[in-house]
Amino acid sequence: MARYGMVIDTLKCVGCQDCVIACEAENSVPEGFCRDWITTEAKGTFPTIQMEIRTERCNHCTDAPCVSACPTGASHYHDIGGVVLVNHDECIGCKACIASCPYDARFVHPEGYVDKCTFCIHRVEKGQDPACVSVCPTYCMTFGDFDDPGSEVNKLLNSRRYHSLLPEAGTKPNIYYLT
Amino acid sequence: MNEITSTRHNHLIDPSLQIWNWEIPVYLFLGGMVAGMMLIAGYFLFKGRENEENCSCFYLPYISFVLLSLGMLALFLDLEHKLYVWRLYTTFEISSAMSWGSWILVLVYPMLIVNILLKPPAAVVEKFPILNKPKEYFFSNPMRIKSFGVLTMFFGAGIGLYTGVLLSSLGARPLWSSSILWMLFLVSGLSGAAAFVHVIAKNVYERELLAKADNAFLIIELFVIALFIVGLKTATEVQASAADLLLTGDYAASFWVFVIGLGIVIPFIIQILAVNHKIKHTPIAPLMVILGGLVLRFVIVSAGQFSHWFRTY
Ligand code: SF4
Ligand code: SF4
Repeated sequence: MARYGMVIDTLKCVGCQDCVIACEAENSVPEGFCRDWITTEAKGTFPTIQMEIRTERCNHCTDAPCVSACPTGASHYHDIGGVVLVNHDECIGCKACIASCPYDARFVHPEGYVDKCTFCIHRVEKGQDPACVSVCPTYCMTFGDFDDPGSEVNKLLNSRRYHSLLPEAGTKPNIYYLT
Repeated sequence: MNEITSTRHNHLIDPSLQIWNWEIPVYLFLGGMVAGMMLIAGYFLFKGRENEENCSCFYLPYISFVLLSLGMLALFLDLEHKLYVWRLYTTFEISSAMSWGSWILVLVYPMLIVNILLKPPAAVVEKFPILNKPKEYFFSNPMRIKSFGVLTMFFGAGIGLYTGVLLSSLGARPLWSSSILWMLFLVSGLSGAAAFVHVIAKNVYERELLAKADNAFLIIELFVIALFIVGLKTATEVQASAADLLLTGDYAASFWVFVIGLGIVIPFIIQILAVNHKIKHTPIAPLMVILGGLVLRFVIVSAGQFSHWFRTY
């Protein structure tokens, strides 16, 4: 079984939002919504301030509460890489998944179903990278399989310090940030 | 300092969740009332009160039926993809509280119908004599009706429990991450239903009994609210600050004034005086209890959406 995820180098990300625009274009994300976004986090007291810029999206969690909360099975783990997807024709728009996601990664599409990042599964199935990964001008994102010990994503995690978002929420997120 | 800024601006998600408006609190409130009424009706059947001509166990199922249907309507109105609602019933998702709830509701309706048929309207029976069969079956043996009363209570408790579990199963909202939210909603449903039946009961014994029971439920409710708050305050930092939303934060006014003051403490005092024959029974105190229960659902649903893992306030 593959387990797809991303490793994102926060020392390279400059917050240019190319990934956000690429996603919107690739996935026809409706105006006013986004499936990925830029977060800037500043910690410390002046002058010793530490700043992290990072691109965020659905973490395609291994223990995804959105999937467990869904009453219709619309939210599910895809056969390929455990990617968390929403089947539009099964979604009733009850929003239980939105309320259960600690990252607020989901939103209601104007057509009524719930929408979020798909890791561009339509591209991944063809052997391509997700759109956001492929356009990043600083090459800060790497997409790959965490279950493959030799994969680039595992090599990066073995060579650098990293963190994930809200590991205490217990969802086992599959996006890691290099620091 | 820890400052987080985000470029995300999704409608109903940012700056804080607003996915559920009036529909869900109303649904939870009506579900709680139905739960309470089924518990009361079931209890009267269990106690063998079905031989009393004007026992409320005969008309509570009608009211429950209407309230439950209104609650379901509110739930339906909340759905964003309404045409696909039937998808709820093409599967059973064991991990989803909402899936459990939809199936429980399917079982509760036939239960209410059988309750109604314990005393079917005479005009209907004249036309369809077969509708008298359940009555004959249950009334022929007191044990049968007792067991049926227990079953009615069981389903009532099921709905009451579910309305609380629905929220607490959504662990991403710290305010709802409490293992006793179900108890709070169940007791609040019971106190609301007892208040309601107290007002409409035709039987004097039942009226007196429910006024006393309501006082007990209000005290228990106050106790459960205290436990709920203490539980949050002594848990993680995000849960403690979620509790502060109610105690001192944006929701403090509605929580203290409407839920605690006007919804529990003052009606409790009025009802104590009425039970002790110091003042007359009026519908004012029960009405306050019922409205307090409604505001409780609004406050919990709204403040819960406002509470967040990333933020303290
Ligand atoms: S980030 Fe949220 S939406 Fe994505 S898999 Fe995890 S819980 Fe579900
Ligand atoms: S909104 Fe859709 S995907 Fe989300 S829990 Fe409800 S049915 Fe499932």
